[in-house]
Amino acid sequence: MTASNQLPGGEPSVRVGFGMSRSGPDQAGSAAAEEADNAPETLGPDAEVDLAKERAETGIDEVFTSLDADLVGLAPVKNRIREIAALLLVDRARAQFGLSTSRPNLHMSFTGSPGTGKTTVAMRMADLLHRLGYLRRGHLVSVTRDDLVGQYVGHTAPKTKEVLKRAMGGLLFIDEAYYLYRADNERDYGQESIEILLQVMENQREDLVVILAGYKDRMDSFFVSNPGMGSRIAHHIDFPDYTLDELEDIGELMVRAEGYSFTPEAQETFRKYLQRRKEQPRFANARSVRNAIERARLRHASRLMEADRPVGKETLTTLAEEDLLASRVFADQD
Amino acid sequence: MRITQGTFSFLPELTDAEITKQIQYALDNDWPCSVEFTDDPHPRNVYWEMWGLPMFDLADAAGVLAEVNACRKAKPEHYIRVNAYNASYGKQTVALSYIVQRPTDEPGFRLERQEWHDRTIRYTLHPYAADAPVGRRYNGQQ
Repeated sequence: MTASNQLPGGEPSVRVGFGMSRSGPDQAGSAAAEEADNAPETLGPDAEVDLAKERAETGIDEVFTSLDADLVGLAPVKNRIREIAALLLVDRARAQFGLSTSRPNLHMSFTGSPGTGKTTVAMRMADLLHRLGYLRRGHLVSVTRDDLVGQYVGHTAPKTKEVLKRAMGGLLFIDEAYYLYRADNERDYGQESIEILLQVMENQREDLVVILAGYKDRMDSFFVSNPGMGSRIAHHIDFPDYTLDELEDIGELMVRAEGYSFTPEAQETFRKYLQRRKEQPRFANARSVRNAIERARLRHASRLMEADRPVGKETLTTLAEEDLLASRVFADQD
Repeated sequence: MRITQGTFSFLPELTDAEITKQIQYALDNDWPCSVEFTDDPHPRNVYWEMWGLPMFDLADAAGVLAEVNACRKAKPEHYIRVNAYNASYGKQTVALSYIVQRPTDEPGFRLERQEWHDRTIRYTLHPYAADAPVGRRYNGQQ
């Protein structure tokens, strides 16, 4: 309604064309009336806003409850999300008093080891921001370098723009974002993609939120080589590695979700397994736990088949010690 | 002469807010949108030029509106329309199509009579603007 209504000459147009046909006081009047209908009326200086009620209305508590229930540990991350939610709620309340609040910068970077729940939290974040009214749709578009960067000259810009268009109104999650920038090749097309991203992150802040995710050290060097990107991201959230207890809880949750349970001995062995697996290379936190449980289920199934006996519900749902002990993690034991 | 083609063409021109709502309506119905432009608005000219590819998998109108604005900037004196395509089986056709920009000055059409045998007269419409070559039709603008 603004720039497009100007003729190229820059003079305010009087043409009978788009957006102009209702020029003059009439249009201004109707636009203002429309605005007044949509905007809640401004509160007086003595009025009070019940933040708790506001909070309940947005339904963000549901998001927090499911965040707490589904995600073990991650205390610093959860705290940070609570802080952001509080800021956004207060901003809403301020807006009701007519206090000018520019839209906060919501772009984030999630750093942490593999399997620490970055993608899962991003999904919750989209939901949360949608409920708070900062995203119109609240969907999550998850992409990697392949989706953004083209293979030949002139391929990158349309590709990146298409992804951005898909993400409008929602959240764009760029996994392993540091691959966008390749320091060893200055003609790499990733740089073009970064520039388009930066432009949209700056100019269309109300249309989408961008989250960059990746390993901590590599993201740090990414931001060092792309200072423009680092400065446009307000929230740098670091996902800590899980402790042994947390991993055990995660395993428990996963086993229960699959409709299994551990025998007490298996429980003990599972802890030992995690202890050993943690020390080994390529440990991917929750993802490794999931894989371990998947393999235990495989062994459990083949054990039952080999036994060739009728099985009851109890046998079908119980993972025993031997299902875990067969793992290669225990192979080099004593 | 104001050209009336597609939906809403007898209404006052849509504002950007109204266009956004129409695009959102299309997207909510799972109709992908595309932007097209032309400087030959003869009613029988159904093949307008595509401004980029049709946009699939969009959730929010902002993406389409950005393309509309980009097209307006590049083609300030062309007709521009938004098409919404219904891909569902049994439909597979344009479900909604409306003009979102028109040239400042629309000279209209000339009625041409052609004498035919047996005193028959054949009629045809000829846009005044089409006398100029493509790209220089309306106000000489590209």
